[in-house]
Amino acid sequence: MHWFILKRLMVVPLLLFIFSIIAFVLIQAPPGDYLTSYIAELAQGGTTITQDQIDSLRRQYGLDQPVYVQYFLWVGNLLQGDLGYSFEWRRSNAELIGERLLLTLALTTLSLIFTWVVAIPIGIISATRQYSVIDYVFTVLNYIGLATPNFLLALVLMWIAFDSFGLSVTGLFSPEFQQAPWSWARFADMMGKIWLPMIVLGTAGTAQIARVVRANLLDELGKPYTEMARAKGLPEWKLVLKYPTRVAIAPVVSTLGWYFPQLLSGGLVVAVVMSLPTIGPLLLRALVGQDMYLAGTIILIYCILTVVGTLVSDVLLALLDPRIRMDGA
Amino acid sequence: MQQTPTRTDRDPDRARDADRTAAPERPGEPILSVRGLKTHFATDEGVVRAVDGVDFDLHPGEVLGIVGESGCGKSITMKSVMRLVQHPGRIVAGEIRYRRPAGDGKKAIDVDLATLRPQGRAIRRIRGGDIALIPQEPMASFSPLHSIGDQIVEAILLHQRVGRREAKRIAIEKLAEVGMPNPQQRFDAYSWQLSGGLRQRAVIALALSCNPSVLVADEPTTAIDVTTQAQVLELLKDLQRDHGSSIVFITHDLGVIAQLADHVVVMYLGRVMEQGPVRDIFHAPQHPYTRALLQSVPSLHAEPRVALPTVSGSIPHPLHRPTGCPFHPRCPDAMPGRCDVAMPAMASVDGRPPVACFLHHDQAEEDAA
Repeated sequence: MHWFILKRLMVVPLLLFIFSIIAFVLIQAPPGDYLTSYIAELAQGGTTITQDQIDSLRRQYGLDQPVYVQYFLWVGNLLQGDLGYSFEWRRSNAELIGERLLLTLALTTLSLIFTWVVAIPIGIISATRQYSVIDYVFTVLNYIGLATPNFLLALVLMWIAFDSFGLSVTGLFSPEFQQAPWSWARFADMMGKIWLPMIVLGTAGTAQIARVVRANLLDELGKPYTEMARAKGLPEWKLVLKYPTRVAIAPVVSTLGWYFPQLLSGGLVVAVVMSLPTIGPLLLRALVGQDMYLAGTIILIYCILTVVGTLVSDVLLALLDPRIRMDGA
Repeated sequence: MQQTPTRTDRDPDRARDADRTAAPERPGEPILSVRGLKTHFATDEGVVRAVDGVDFDLHPGEVLGIVGESGCGKSITMKSVMRLVQHPGRIVAGEIRYRRPAGDGKKAIDVDLATLRPQGRAIRRIRGGDIALIPQEPMASFSPLHSIGDQIVEAILLHQRVGRREAKRIAIEKLAEVGMPNPQQRFDAYSWQLSGGLRQRAVIALALSCNPSVLVADEPTTAIDVTTQAQVLELLKDLQRDHGSSIVFITHDLGVIAQLADHVVVMYLGRVMEQGPVRDIFHAPQHPYTRALLQSVPSLHAEPRVALPTVSGSIPHPLHRPTGCPFHPRCPDAMPGRCDVAMPAMASVDGRPPVACFLHHDQAEEDAA
């Protein structure tokens, strides 16, 4: 098992190297660089700038160097924790990303837990009671869930919260905590608001995962080992949970890796609608404003999250299935 | 409901009752007594009568062979007995009397299994503890995610009042008993780390782990190679001799039956065609179906380069059962106007084992449809 984790860990640097190149290529992809747009902006504002000034700025940011040197400069800075500077926001990227990343991770993790806690039991109940009334009810709910756009659900829930309970549930913080430093009060305030986006974002994956669990479990319930467990005299619910369910949730666990990036981009519309201070809208603005270093850094963070998510799902799968952890060990 | 064209003046019920007791070499009370068992599957296309009126007795210490082609209801019969038939299958009629005297620290049991809730506590006590299954596919009968030791210990903890440590000791003992090499290490092995033969042994160890009174072996040797098959059969014979448990052996392999069984039940399309002591069935088969099955067994003394006789035709579609005797479309001796109209009852003639065939007697089932 240790060997298995070690082997997985050894691949991580290679993956990160590849991803950093991809992110850098994306940064370089648009014509011109941010100085071009900066200068254009200054010119628009009536400020003239001399060629000397431009050259000195270019030197300052290493833009006079060949592309590969620029890449190493960027990576070198990243490794030292310097995420660069956003021209559009005139703030350091680290400052911009920092709290948003934390909130995004918190929200994503909560949504994931919500999804699993709701979807897996629904899948199990549907499969063990196939073609029963409850199975059909869940199936109908699933399709409704699948067909409802996230943001619509967000709007409906926000309206219900506002109309029935007088709650304003946009954002993650009340106005008085918006810019406040972290404290228990601020945390409590956040927890009082985060459940709504959690439900909205979590519901999206619920239908799909419930269907996957149901289909897999139906396959496994017919397998001889399930019947053997029954022939031993195990109570039905116990044997279903112990044997076939463990096999059936493996595909769900394996989706963990791409759950984070999927939710980061998928939750974008929701984040805009609910004005959540998460990372998705920041990326959108960076892309629109050609703030490419900020965009590239966020994309690289997505990649890192994907790598970490995949690693976690690999370890969980290995814990679930001895065939995986003993493979080649 | 069809009336039989010719009714005999003998009361069919009384005749059948007499047949049931006509087995002088099977003394004592049967441990398992199945009467009129019907298990039907209500599918969208119609009702599949997988088991359609089966009677048999299993006596203590006896090996009962159930033979028939694939799809004749052998497995479903025994799954019905263990109440393992899943939706949409359902026992619609019949009695499954399980009677076991006290012993082995267990209380005496006398219960009609057909009346129990299929997932209830009462049947779960019996399943695994009293009636254990050696399944068809040893390859797939262990969960690949749990060690075989874990799965054997689980059964022991369910049925015996022992701690985890003692359960492990029993499990290793059982693994050793079925001839598993290095049982101590194999306890922690996963099923996919074992060869087919060892897996089969592990499954048998699991079945034996709670000292069941009845072992249901459902074609336990079909999935393994011939050499291993012989070893497994040898093992089952030894275990049966040592423990004196009763075995119901389901197979389509008449050779295996000849080696192992004391008593044979020949099934076709959910019905018993003929049953009796193994030597009578083999030396004096009465039913044309039994005869056809026996002729299709390859023999060393047969003429070389002559096609092996087979049972002509194939099993009809389960939803299109023939009227009358289910075997009549394939039967070389079918009597038109008789066999395709009425279902022959199980009856014995001149002290021979009971057979359901108009060639031997004239009794028809009353509810032949």
